[in-house]
Amino acid sequence: MAAVTSDMEVEVRRPRRSVVVGVLLVVWVAAYFVLRGIDTLVLGGQETTPLHRWLTEHRDDVGQGNVFFDAIRIAVDHFVVLLQNVISQPSFDRPVPVIGWLGVVATSAYCAWAFGNWKVAVLTAAGLGFVGLQGLWQESMDTLALTVAAVLLSLLIAIPLGIWAGLSNRAFRVATLVLDLMQTLPTFVYLAPLTLFFAIGPAAATIATLIYAAPPAVRLTAHAIRSVPPESVEAARSLGSTRGQTLLKVLLPMSRSTVVVGINQTIMAALSMVTVAALIDAPGLGQTVLKALQTLDVGVAFNAGLAIVVIAIVLDRVTTAAGDRPWRTASVRRKVLLGAGALAVLVAVWFSRTYVWAADFPSDVNVGSRIAVVASDVTDWVQNVFGGFTYGLRDAVTIGLLNPLEGLLTGSPWWLVSAVVVALAAVLGGWRGAVPAAVCLLLLVATGVWQDSMVTLASTLLATVVVVAVGLALGVWAGRNRRVDTWIRPVLDAGQTMPPFVYLVPFLALFGTSRFTAIAAAVVFAVPVTTKIVADGIRAVPVATVEAANSVGSSAWQVISKVQLPVARRAITLAINQGLIYVLSMVVVGGLVGAGALGYDVAAGFAQSELYGKGLAAGLAIVLLGVMLDRITQAAARRTQDFQSRGDKR
Amino acid sequence: MKKLRYAGVLTAVALALTGCGGEKIGSQPQPSAGKECGTFNLTVSPWVGYEANAAVVAYVATKDLGCKVVKKNLKEEIAWQGFSTGEVDVNLENWGHEDLKKKYITTDKVAVEAGSTGVKGVIGWYVPPWMAAKYPDITDWKNLNKYAALFKTSESGGKGQLLDGDPSYVTNDEALVKNLALNYKVVQSGSETALIQAFRDAEKNKRPLLAYFYEPQWFFNEVKLVKINLPAYKAGCDAVPAKIACDYPPYDLDKIVSKKFADSGSPAYDLVKNFQWTNEDQNAVARMIAVDKLTPDQAAEKWVKDNQPKVNAWLGK
Repeated sequence: MAAVTSDMEVEVRRPRRSVVVGVLLVVWVAAYFVLRGIDTLVLGGQETTPLHRWLTEHRDDVGQGNVFFDAIRIAVDHFVVLLQNVISQPSFDRPVPVIGWLGVVATSAYCAWAFGNWKVAVLTAAGLGFVGLQGLWQESMDTLALTVAAVLLSLLIAIPLGIWAGLSNRAFRVATLVLDLMQTLPTFVYLAPLTLFFAIGPAAATIATLIYAAPPAVRLTAHAIRSVPPESVEAARSLGSTRGQTLLKVLLPMSRSTVVVGINQTIMAALSMVTVAALIDAPGLGQTVLKALQTLDVGVAFNAGLAIVVIAIVLDRVTTAAGDRPWRTASVRRKVLLGAGALAVLVAVWFSRTYVWAADFPSDVNVGSRIAVVASDVTDWVQNVFGGFTYGLRDAVTIGLLNPLEGLLTGSPWWLVSAVVVALAAVLGGWRGAVPAAVCLLLLVATGVWQDSMVTLASTLLATVVVVAVGLALGVWAGRNRRVDTWIRPVLDAGQTMPPFVYLVPFLALFGTSRFTAIAAAVVFAVPVTTKIVADGIRAVPVATVEAANSVGSSAWQVISKVQLPVARRAITLAINQGLIYVLSMVVVGGLVGAGALGYDVAAGFAQSELYGKGLAAGLAIVLLGVMLDRITQAAARRTQDFQSRGDKR
Repeated sequence: MKKLRYAGVLTAVALALTGCGGEKIGSQPQPSAGKECGTFNLTVSPWVGYEANAAVVAYVATKDLGCKVVKKNLKEEIAWQGFSTGEVDVNLENWGHEDLKKKYITTDKVAVEAGSTGVKGVIGWYVPPWMAAKYPDITDWKNLNKYAALFKTSESGGKGQLLDGDPSYVTNDEALVKNLALNYKVVQSGSETALIQAFRDAEKNKRPLLAYFYEPQWFFNEVKLVKINLPAYKAGCDAVPAKIACDYPPYDLDKIVSKKFADSGSPAYDLVKNFQWTNEDQNAVARMIAVDKLTPDQAAEKWVKDNQPKVNAWLGK
């Protein structure tokens, strides 16, 4: 009912929004045919603007030899090297790490059991054993050390910030802006300068990972705290709780499951950085992937990628289990068992410090090479079987959708595009959408990479539409059905943490070097996060609400469209937003497979010193696109919500 | 739960029984580290040819001089930066980069040149061998326009596609296309991986492809790409970037070391300075790494065994 009344109300006041949008688009297309080719702000591949040259010249100005950065570097370096010494690298004058594989497996499984349950403990042991059997024990432990360091440091910063942003509206607005920046600014833009601040080595790699991985935890913590029903907070307040008590006893416990989703996302993001960080000599599995790809060895790259996925799944399941575990003190029985377990762990650690077989992972059984061979064979088979069809699909989508959209965006004068976008933002989201859109567009023009931005925008829009469609469908399915969720989760985790570099080679074989390839890679990367957040939102819909709808005889489709989706609206907005940002964070990877435009500019800026400024400007342009799209969607969502709640009241 | 506990106890006992028989850590003799040579940091750029250089130099330095070599996998630009932060001592294969030389060698004085690697670098436009066989006159740039329609793709906007590669290299391709009045559009593939995959696919499925490529490259062991003859390079014909209408210059790849390392008097510096080999040598080692899947160390050992006189010359024996 709500939707109908709101529509009617709008119709009385002014034409429907969809009509206005349609008219705007028609006017745009008409104007495009008249004004095509004027003021399109083209900038060739090797050309730069004065701004770019200025940025290039001032690249080294900040931070060199700064005491503050040095202190951070030394602290982080020591932390990572300590972890490496403990589990991965020969240390303290011994040919093996402090704790050998047996000790690591035992300790990890014990922790998983103590904080989670015995199921995840078995999974942990199996997972770690598997990466060992893959012949990647040391690399995996290096990756694990780096990831654990980055995640712990991320959470140390992110959780308090998230709580703050959850409690204060002003902090929330600032945080959203900064987080957008952190997540969309391509890693390549700051990777090289980071090595100037923090030197080449673990510190720079950890900090690059931290910058990329912290935002989800902040965002989801804030989101969780803001989603706690105001009634609960009011109740606590009226019973005389202080602010601190309300936070600790009401807000945090009630938002725990979403905060854990945030921590999961941080872990996943950290692991997805493993390969990128390897470009500045971060140790671990990323190196194996990059080395394998130099010779296009998909099998070996896949094997290493699989190890990353396995580690991700283990960490994810353990954190989830730890999050789901009810807060209560252990029974005596459990305490005794825990004590016995601790003893067993100590024995295992002692073994791993004393005997070679328990320190170095035995290399007799190596499934890694077999996995590599199978992966190569499967890739070849897929390429041979689907090769022709996929080229056709690519050409159809490119000619039918992408080229017209891109032509419209790049062929129109910049002021026409800007006017249309601002007008659309105003219609969809009011001034809240229009003002940020106008500012972002003007800044985009100032970056000097307008045309490349429009090319990237076209691909991004297309990719995001696909991501949202797929993500919503999968998310609703998984949110309504526990079993589906269990099965789909590992695939999603794989999509999110398998380094894109691994599937780029098969994608290149299937689709050639093209913008379509980049879109496909972005979709694979962004669908998991959208799906997970939607599923989480659907599950959070109170059972009673769904039951009530079922009892009045609603069909499944009605329950989804009239109850679950509207109630989970907040989560869905967040999911769209994250999907968009993940798509944008893949722009640079897209640049590596033929998407050109901003992604290529950034990659070129990383590789060629004279193009650094342009790369930085292109990186900023990606951020501006992200902020603009984010603001417009948020404002549009808010407006829809306002209309609906107004309708409800009547 | 009870069963689980029994299983645990049993496993522990079994582990204890099997474990105590094993070899103890530290019972093997430790290899003694060389004293006089010390440690140096060797950057390893992300291509197999470079890895071949690094493998052989590291092998000889470790084996014959007792040095400790720390290999760091870095992109070229970052490696140059490493000279100033002290994180990198040796770069064994530098492709031109006049701007970086000016910055780090002339201005900042943190790096010095250490002579030629002996390897000759070639950059140009290539087609897969099947095309050169089917259209023999395609290797002359004057005929490229005739075949432009063959090279059309979804990305090239109706013109022929000229695929460019890794953004690490400066390309003159956009200027070349314009100044030679070619009906082509430069499309950025964005990475070496994409480029090699494109060539592999082009040769296998007989798809037309014209792309920027370079030698030495391990991929030539797999597919012998054919170079297009652009107007010949003459000294100075590439002085004004926008007016370039000639082929790329031949590159003499050279070695760069940090000032600190050059002044250290380490025997490793002399090795690096004397190190010189040919494209064939490098390709042989690169092939062992890329195709035969040997580890860099194994490949180096094999090559050194067959080429002891060359190694002796580097060592001044």
